[in-house]
Amino acid sequence: MAVLNANDLTLQYEARKVVEGLTTEIPEGKVTMIVGANACGKSTLLRGLSRLLKPACGTVTLDGKDIHTRPARELARTLGLLPQHPTAPDGITVRDLVGRGRYPHQGFFRSWSARDDAAVQRALDATDTLGLAERSIDELSGGQRQRVWIAMALAQETDVLLLDEPTTYLDLAHQVEVLDLITDLNRSRGTTVAIVLHDLNLAARYADHVIAMKGGCIVAEGPAPEVVTEELVFNVFGLESRVVPDPISGTPLIVPIGRHHARPASTNELEIAS
Amino acid sequence: MSTVHKLPTELELTAPKHLHQLSLRRVLSPTFFLGLALVVVFAVYVLLGSYTVTIPDFFTIVINHLTGGEKIPGASFIVMEHKLPRAVVGTMIGIAFGLAGALFQTMLRNPLASPDIIGISYGASAAAVTAIVIFGASGAVVSWAALGGALGVAAIIYAISRGTGSGAGGGSRGNAAGNRLILAGVGIAAALHAVVNFLMTRADIRTAADALIWLNGSLNSSTWDRAGVLAVSLLVLIPAVIALAGPLRILELGDDAAAGLGIKVNATRLGLVLTAVGFAAVATAAAGPVAFVAFLAGPIARRVVRKPSLPASALTGALIVLLADFFASNIAPVILDGTVLPVGVITGALGAPFLLWLLVTSNRKEA
Repeated sequence: MAVLNANDLTLQYEARKVVEGLTTEIPEGKVTMIVGANACGKSTLLRGLSRLLKPACGTVTLDGKDIHTRPARELARTLGLLPQHPTAPDGITVRDLVGRGRYPHQGFFRSWSARDDAAVQRALDATDTLGLAERSIDELSGGQRQRVWIAMALAQETDVLLLDEPTTYLDLAHQVEVLDLITDLNRSRGTTVAIVLHDLNLAARYADHVIAMKGGCIVAEGPAPEVVTEELVFNVFGLESRVVPDPISGTPLIVPIGRHHARPASTNELEIAS
Repeated sequence: MSTVHKLPTELELTAPKHLHQLSLRRVLSPTFFLGLALVVVFAVYVLLGSYTVTIPDFFTIVINHLTGGEKIPGASFIVMEHKLPRAVVGTMIGIAFGLAGALFQTMLRNPLASPDIIGISYGASAAAVTAIVIFGASGAVVSWAALGGALGVAAIIYAISRGTGSGAGGGSRGNAAGNRLILAGVGIAAALHAVVNFLMTRADIRTAADALIWLNGSLNSSTWDRAGVLAVSLLVLIPAVIALAGPLRILELGDDAAAGLGIKVNATRLGLVLTAVGFAAVATAAAGPVAFVAFLAGPIARRVVRKPSLPASALTGALIVLLADFFASNIAPVILDGTVLPVGVITGALGAPFLLWLLVTSNRKEA
């Protein structure tokens, strides 16, 4: 079990501050969704939390210890990251790629062991990619490929897993499949998960905890029903919307209003009321 | 009789069979055959050609040389002072060029990123030609100048490619840095090419001829001294490659993913650049910029063993140099009325069409 904290964190690229004075906690054993408009600093925050970006100010701590003072490989045994655009080397097989997730568990003198084989097998099994194990990555569809990358992150067997937009470029069915898979992982292993996600409705559906960001700061955080409101959507995205209960899960469902296609006011009200 | 015979065999085969087959498959890998091919080519290179030595004679010569025994007139000199050091130097520069190219190509995820294309060899050439033409240098001084030139250009390219780096975020940062490094290298190569041409037009005809032989890449001045220097360099650099090979495999997944797996991306990349430049520099210092060996070795090895492989690239590099030099000094004279070509002319003739083929096929893939 592990808890990840940002304390008065400022992140910047050269002179441009993207995240400023941010303090938050990624709650242990929960699925946290980080949402916000484009360029609000949500991906940058994830980079900061995963030590890809060194803070200009403030600290990121894992179980109270600054992540930048810990040896990289030791940290990678507890804190995993699936970046937005990982690259697959040409012609690599699924099993080989997933096996690379075991790197932090291997030492200079400790090479591949039965434990690594078992971890890879479990990761392939959990992501339903066992049947693809000997195939080359190049032959797979986008959805299959994303499952393989998640399998690699699973094989790393970390207590905390950060994912940067794991559903980009996937169709709706595959998006749901990937989020279900991540939820399975959280429920069965108790892995602490933080995901940067574009789709607000899916974020509200799958989140135990939502962090909403705007202009490099946190606007609201908490359980989805408390955080995702019409006021917040307007504040964060500048979008007029109705928030109604999701008919499947009861979580907030955002229905954008927009300038066109609205029904005459009376019927619209009626529909919502019923 | 048959039952008595059958029982132990079956026992023997059931459990260890699987293990045995695995290790056998490992031994008979394509890399093993590349190694075997290198041994055969090395033997052919030393024993055959314009002066033929039999295998028993060869061993007599080597053993007598080492024990201070009786020499075979003529043959001892040709083998010990000419053929053998040339083959040893050729093998080592092939290994060094092969590893230099494969390291750069894998690290920058681009088959064009070999040191002979990104200007490092040109740095060596410009420094060596400056030494020959302006300072009248020869021998070891030229090699040291070449080494300095290669390292200097590598440092400049690295500084340029990093200077504007670390900019905006996004996952493709690693590739952007790689592409900048290649472009910076190509630009510097063009400038240094002009420097070399300028010096060559200013030089008197005999100095120019010396410089030209060096520029083409040649094994003519292979001596045991040079082989010794190369061997020491490789003994330092090869353990570095072994230590960096694991992190390199992870770096292939992109900078962000590698960092997530506990790789120190910048330190690892710097180590890889230093090692790869080291290989290219010592090989170029020993034999001149033998064209395209570094560029060809990795992609050819990859087609043979069907995956990116550093050992296979090293062996392929050595095979290319030995085969090209054997052709240049034994077969080319038959075709060209006795003209002995420098090895770099042959590798250049092989490399140019390969480069074009690579450009055509990679464009097609993107379209």
